[in-house]
Amino acid sequence: MIEERFDAIVVGAGMAGNAAALTMAKRGLKVLQIERGEYPGSKNVQGAILYADMLEKLVPNFREDAPLERHLVEQRFWIMDERAHTGLHYRSDDFNEEKPNRYTIIRAQFDRWFSSKVREAGAIVLCETTVKELVKDAYGKVIGVLTDREGGQVHADVVVLAEGVNGLLGTRAELRDRPTPDNVALAVKEMHFLPRETIEARFNLKGDEGVVIEAAGTISRGMTGMGFIYANKESVSLGIGCLVADFQKTGETPYDLLERFKKHPSVAPLIEGSEVKEYAGHLIPEGGYNAIPKLFGDGWVVVGDAAQLNNAMHREGSNLAMTSGRLAGEAIFQIKSRKDPMTAANLALYKKMIDDSFVIKDLKKYKDMPGLLHIQSQNFFLTYPQLVSKALQNFVRVDGTPKAEKEKLTLKSFVAARSWTGLFGDAIRFARAWR
Amino acid sequence: MTTEPGVRVEDKLFQNRYLVDAGQAHIKVKPHTKPSAALLTLLKVCPAHCYDLNSNGQVEIAPDGCVECGTCRVIAEGSGEIEWSYPRGGYGVLFKFG
Repeated sequence: MIEERFDAIVVGAGMAGNAAALTMAKRGLKVLQIERGEYPGSKNVQGAILYADMLEKLVPNFREDAPLERHLVEQRFWIMDERAHTGLHYRSDDFNEEKPNRYTIIRAQFDRWFSSKVREAGAIVLCETTVKELVKDAYGKVIGVLTDREGGQVHADVVVLAEGVNGLLGTRAELRDRPTPDNVALAVKEMHFLPRETIEARFNLKGDEGVVIEAAGTISRGMTGMGFIYANKESVSLGIGCLVADFQKTGETPYDLLERFKKHPSVAPLIEGSEVKEYAGHLIPEGGYNAIPKLFGDGWVVVGDAAQLNNAMHREGSNLAMTSGRLAGEAIFQIKSRKDPMTAANLALYKKMIDDSFVIKDLKKYKDMPGLLHIQSQNFFLTYPQLVSKALQNFVRVDGTPKAEKEKLTLKSFVAARSWTGLFGDAIRFARAWR
Repeated sequence: MTTEPGVRVEDKLFQNRYLVDAGQAHIKVKPHTKPSAALLTLLKVCPAHCYDLNSNGQVEIAPDGCVECGTCRVIAEGSGEIEWSYPRGGYGVLFKFG
């Protein structure tokens, strides 16, 4: 297929792959990037929110031509029961700044743009090509990839695995395990199209202002999971995801869950009359720090979702992906500049760099959260949301009951549902996992 | 298939773009007489409802509407009950928005 030898092959053209390819190509390395979709982005699914800070480190002037949807001025957290939501909303005019901090994006469009920067930097981007396996030498060092093109072997000093959460290559080559049902969530998502003015009126937005709603509670029917609603310019991205292990246990179907979420009285008016133009499904890494596999070896590194680098508590993934890709690219460039070989010992530099970054620091901070929330999903996603809703309704409904009696009732309902030991235990466990 | 609140997955998938690699199923179910519990969960958990029972009560797959999420792989590839590969380059689901 391609006779020449590359400094690096990047498998995948998502956030992590593009960041890695761009970083290396900009520094003059000979880079081949391989993507199985018809164009970069056509296989990629995300909510999606873009974090400006991490992209600025790669494309400083991205705001000039990147396909951005809306800059976020408001974040809403909803705790839902069947008929209500209790909301914590944060909206600030500070976010209407010259260089906004977060944007909604549409991945198929954004990734295509991101990839154009990779090409401009000098990398070769080969689409419609699936990598079937990694090629190793007699000593087990990764020396290239085997693609589904004719005569499909290509060689390089190092392979950057940016193959996504469901990456097959690393597992096939026994570099890491397949994700387990309790460390990935399945999310399904629809794109709802509405006129711009309708979106702005319904979400209380002006111009290119945007809003994000993250929702948890009875919508996940006792499973560990969350719903999301993101306002784009002329569309609303709406979806819900739950742990695969919980889907297995409960026998719930993802599309019924999505339909129920859409019919919730707090959600339905937001999308009323919309035209749905796409239905997607994707896995999300949820295992956190304890699920991170080995990140490097002889002739390879792994970045982004493939390395489970996702902060489930803050719903951040693409920025961890971009940062890990960039750091892998920088590490490879440094090793290459010293004319050193791409051995595990030398590529450990990538691990050192990512350990020192917010990526691993944040994941470490929440390392006990997945264990807590995944095991106690009934309490955190069903019982507490119902209790909170009841308490708030009790608080706001005026019916002649003396307030002291109302408060007693609320307290009683909490103790009856979880007992004093349960309540204290949950509070302490949650505080510990958060710390 | 009609599910509980009357959702037809097929109607959802109809919105999507696909380039089907005819005769090249990228996911295969290993022949079996009686499906395991894991295989049976795929009937419900697959977001594109690609899995169904045939008249002999065995689990079959028709991966044309597959969104390539990998959920079935996470559940059933480890035990060898299914084989999972990505479609050939350029084939499969082609997300317009993603």
